[in-house]
Amino acid sequence: MAVSKILGIETEYGIVVRGGNDSNPISASSMLINSYINSLKADSGEAARVPWDFEDETPGNDAREETLRLSVAPEVETHLVNTVLTNGARYYVDHAHPEYSAPECADAAEATLHDRAGEQILRESMTAASKLLPPGEEIVVYKNNSDGKGNSYGCHENYLMSRSLPFDEIVAHLTAHMVTRQLFTGSGKVGSEVPGSRTDSTPFQITQRADFFEEEVGLETTLKRPIINTRDEPHADSAKYRRLHVIAGDANMSEVATFLKLGSTAVLLAMLEDSLGGEPMQLDDPVPAMHAVSLDLGLGLPLRMRGGRTMTALEIQWEFLHRAHAWADSEGLDAVGGDEVGNRILSLWEQVLTGLDSDVLGLARQLDWVAKYRLFDGYRRRHDLEWTDARIRAMDLQYHDLRAGSGLAERLGLERITTDEAVIRATREPPPDTRAYFRGRCLERFSDEVVAANWDSIVFDVGGSNLRRVPMMEPTRGTRDHVGALIDQADSASDLLDLIGQ
Amino acid sequence: MAEREQKKKPSPRREESVEEEVDPSASGDKLKAELDDLLDEIDDVLETNAEDFVKSYIQKGGE
Repeated sequence: MAVSKILGIETEYGIVVRGGNDSNPISASSMLINSYINSLKADSGEAARVPWDFEDETPGNDAREETLRLSVAPEVETHLVNTVLTNGARYYVDHAHPEYSAPECADAAEATLHDRAGEQILRESMTAASKLLPPGEEIVVYKNNSDGKGNSYGCHENYLMSRSLPFDEIVAHLTAHMVTRQLFTGSGKVGSEVPGSRTDSTPFQITQRADFFEEEVGLETTLKRPIINTRDEPHADSAKYRRLHVIAGDANMSEVATFLKLGSTAVLLAMLEDSLGGEPMQLDDPVPAMHAVSLDLGLGLPLRMRGGRTMTALEIQWEFLHRAHAWADSEGLDAVGGDEVGNRILSLWEQVLTGLDSDVLGLARQLDWVAKYRLFDGYRRRHDLEWTDARIRAMDLQYHDLRAGSGLAERLGLERITTDEAVIRATREPPPDTRAYFRGRCLERFSDEVVAANWDSIVFDVGGSNLRRVPMMEPTRGTRDHVGALIDQADSASDLLDLIGQ
Repeated sequence: MAEREQKKKPSPRREESVEEEVDPSASGDKLKAELDDLLDEIDDVLETNAEDFVKSYIQKGGE
């Protein structure tokens, strides 16, 4: 039986200070986040800042049987601003970018909502920061993955997995999905950033990120990026779980793309845990295939599979969907959040593949790369411009501009999965069905008594001689159903710890 | 094989899309009209100095 596919998205945002002198992106990111935290403090009249607890961080652990000693373990930067919010998210400075790690969610729809809540928090942060900057200066944030000059920053997904599923099986099945799901996860990009390639030979490609992937499997995230990342840091009971860390995706402006990216991947992982993945569809040479799929706007490129035959990316996706239906008929959809959200994943998946088969431009409201292509190509034709024109490249960046009224994605009126009201609520309230609920509510109610928090524990100072750490090694516990009434009832953290028997 | 199987497979989704196809040009025309409107007004929002903007958008690698 597949474990609940608890999941979430973490996004590094592009950041620019406009109107100022050359500024340091680390200090701009710090200012952005501090401005937001201070604005919350002003709103609520209380100290809202609770720092992140680094006690359990081990990003260098490798999921493969033999850890490759040559791998470079990711660094953890502990000295920069790093905080936990009442919605259960982590908001911090990472590698010269503001990063928002959304809370763990029980299904793809909730995770899409919390991804959008992250955008809203960045938007509120820009507003808060602009009040502190000199007139004419402004911090602007972009939800994209590349500066067009060979520098990339990530949008990562995380999925709760059963420890009992061998990692090799994940690699065997998931690699082809990572390569071919680009058809709907791509955010589109003008030009290429593969060293030595010329923009005029690649006017436009499907994804922001494909250019940056060089390995099939590996631990790194900042160089020699692998299609399947092996970081083994479960932030949960490691005997029972692993957390699959997926780095091969674009940050999406389109909610449909985010929802389908998360939903399709969660379904495939659950299928594997239920031993219903079928014969793995293995690409002969995944890294070149990843690049080729991103460049293939005609969607007809045959990819060589192991064993000699060929399939197009779209055919591989249809086969995954076909197997997903068979899995759902046999096992139900509980592992991906139940019938409503599960059926929505399957039907949207089919709708998008059908569109890709028959009328790609008809998906301009659903998929980022199609929306971009249509807009840029229309503009280009109207003004008789080459794809390499600076105006087209500027639009490529501005599509991801998060300022209200400035972002081109916002102007295009993409199809919604969420509502504005729910997004605003999710900037303050945690998802109800995971341990993020406990984390968020404790911060909301008892921030004065919370010393630090992280994914799998909270440290309280309730006045005794010792700090008290409450472990949260089970991501499905600490939900609203489980602890909501107790948190409402408790007058203090100490009271709460008594009630939950800690 | 994958293709044959999926075409054979009955699904509620396909029936819905048949309904949507009563006037296949309608949604396409609407999208096109909206794109034309957007192209008419988009110069007002676009970065005024595209060249400088693109040049100055430099990020450090991340992750």
